[in-house]
Amino acid sequence: MSSILVQVIVGGLLLGAVYALFSSGLTLIWGMMNVINFAHGDFVMLGMYVAFVVWTLFGVGPFVGAPVAALVLASLGVVVYFGLIRSVMKGPMLAQILGTFGLALLLRYSVFWGFGADFRTLPENLVGGTFDVLGIRIQASRLLAGAVALLVTLGLHVLLTRTSLGSKMLAVAEDSTAAQLMGIRPDKMQAIAWAIAAAATGIAGALIATFFYIAPTVGETLGIVAFVTVSLGGFGSVPGALVAGLLIGVIESVSAYSIGAVYKDIVVYSLFLCFLWFRPQGLMGKS
Amino acid sequence: MRLRDITGLLAAAAISVALAATASAQDKTVKIGGIYPLSGNAASAGVHGKAAIETAVDIINNAHPELGNLPLAKNAGLAGLGGAKVEVIFADNQGSPAVGQNQALRLITEEKVVALSGAYQSGITLTASAIAEKYGIPFLSGESVAANLTERGFKWFFRTTPVASDLAKIYLDFLKDMKAGGVKTDSVAIVHENTEYGTSVASVISSVFKDNGLNVALDIPYSANTTDVQSQVLQLKEKKPDVVIMVSYTSDAILYAKTMQSLDYKPPVLIGDDSGFSDPSFIKTVGKISQGVFNRASWSVGAPGSATFLINEMYKKRSGGDDLDDTSARQMQGFFVLCDAIDRAGSTDPAKIQAALKATDLKPDQLIMGYKGVKFDDKGQNILASGLVIQLQDGENYVPVWPKASARTPPVFPYKGW
Repeated sequence: MSSILVQVIVGGLLLGAVYALFSSGLTLIWGMMNVINFAHGDFVMLGMYVAFVVWTLFGVGPFVGAPVAALVLASLGVVVYFGLIRSVMKGPMLAQILGTFGLALLLRYSVFWGFGADFRTLPENLVGGTFDVLGIRIQASRLLAGAVALLVTLGLHVLLTRTSLGSKMLAVAEDSTAAQLMGIRPDKMQAIAWAIAAAATGIAGALIATFFYIAPTVGETLGIVAFVTVSLGGFGSVPGALVAGLLIGVIESVSAYSIGAVYKDIVVYSLFLCFLWFRPQGLMGKS
Repeated sequence: MRLRDITGLLAAAAISVALAATASAQDKTVKIGGIYPLSGNAASAGVHGKAAIETAVDIINNAHPELGNLPLAKNAGLAGLGGAKVEVIFADNQGSPAVGQNQALRLITEEKVVALSGAYQSGITLTASAIAEKYGIPFLSGESVAANLTERGFKWFFRTTPVASDLAKIYLDFLKDMKAGGVKTDSVAIVHENTEYGTSVASVISSVFKDNGLNVALDIPYSANTTDVQSQVLQLKEKKPDVVIMVSYTSDAILYAKTMQSLDYKPPVLIGDDSGFSDPSFIKTVGKISQGVFNRASWSVGAPGSATFLINEMYKKRSGGDDLDDTSARQMQGFFVLCDAIDRAGSTDPAKIQAALKATDLKPDQLIMGYKGVKFDDKGQNILASGLVIQLQDGENYVPVWPKASARTPPVFPYKGW
């Protein structure tokens, strides 16, 4: 295998890990509460701006920016849950779609108004620049994002399958009336789920900001990828999102390199549709 | 009479006074529609364009004798219409050809604008101007360069900017000149976004180059809203072209700059065609890792005290300190030409404005751009548009480097990057 091809695949894996990272929050909300959060991409965008503000004010990188973004987004998640989601969940599906879509526009244009339309970036070497491994270029910032993606996935998975909090959340997801009879407060559990999902998304944003451009509209570009990753991985399956993210990253990279950049989406989406034809619940979703 | 009735009456009275006020103001205003990407991925460019148009409106509506021969600057308002003021109704195209078309329709039928200007992305100018053509309203684009915009046999479309074939010629002559000086230009790669702008500019450059014996070895189209450009950069790294020409919008231009650095790829010669590479955001975010990139321009800030210098100062107050970039300056120039035609028409009748546009004959000293003048051919294209090659040598400011007559400093090879 030529070294360029290895570079393409490594690049694809690192890209895929990032896709997985910003999809984990969405799969939690979508899979567990059956709420489609159209504002997800804009949550990522907010995480990016938090990292940018932290860097501008204190001159520190994502090691501070990511925890701050997690806190800020977690608070926002709780506010969004009590202020919007709790009421639209009682309405028809369309209310959820329009509600979260409205939220997306509100967030996007608030940032637009506050920060302007300008593109911004964090300094190139905030996370240690780029290094060479046997002629393969690896960007430290992407590697960090990939590593955190693994950690976040593992953390969420353990939380959901090994802790009592996770069991309670799953119980609410399964049957909120029955959970209530068992003494679990659905409101509280769902608010916690929103906080966790938003925090994971905030971390993702803060890390992506180290190698991507930051702009109010960046959520549009990233949001769609998150939806595809989650549906390929299986709704509500956190490990599924990781595998799906990596898969999409590599397929995109290899097809863009071998067939052409304009065709990569055709390849990804036709494989995606074929796959859903045979397995509509996704890679690791429950049938 | 109860309190509620009284407030009701007062409100009604206030509304009618307000309506009467707008009605009388309308008599003295000329409404022009401005379609720009004020949201969406190109919003950065759109917001700068809007600031440029607002600066132009200030220059037209107020007396600015310090700006020399620039038409409409000397006195307040349009002299040809008894000092009428110009009002621009801005509309957001959201980066979508369909939205741009709807906005053109709304501006014409509801806002009753007498002419349109815009719409930044060639693909949107294409759809928006088709509506203007249908309704018989003049549409002037100062910035969209796709060749076919003026090849549709339209009667109401005018364009002041140099177009794809002009800039292909600029790049060709520049590279030939450099080749004579020993720079290797044997193989050329064109990397371009795949909407109207990138596709048409790339195909014109590639056919002009081929006709003149320059080998376009690689053509890499990609979608502008992409999340990743590693594969494209790796393709370039593998094929090692001597010259890389990129036709990109801002978001992807930034991604290319960052990805080229992380994959350690530097083409010997890199040309970034205007839009993305001229956006002040590009220079601020990745200028320092794009040192030595070539670009084209027809705009230059000029010496302190000159008209263009003063206009740049006025613009900076609206742009939050950014200098006027080439794209926004071309938009401003287009708007001046449109208003000049309305002034000469002495009327807001679209047919009279159209006739005045056709008769336009502006000299270089009446322009803010470095064009040889403004004069439209039968297709509505300015035949006197021209430009020069600039280079981002220090990563902060583009300087004119070619042709020699206009160069401030000689071009530097190879591409330095970071």
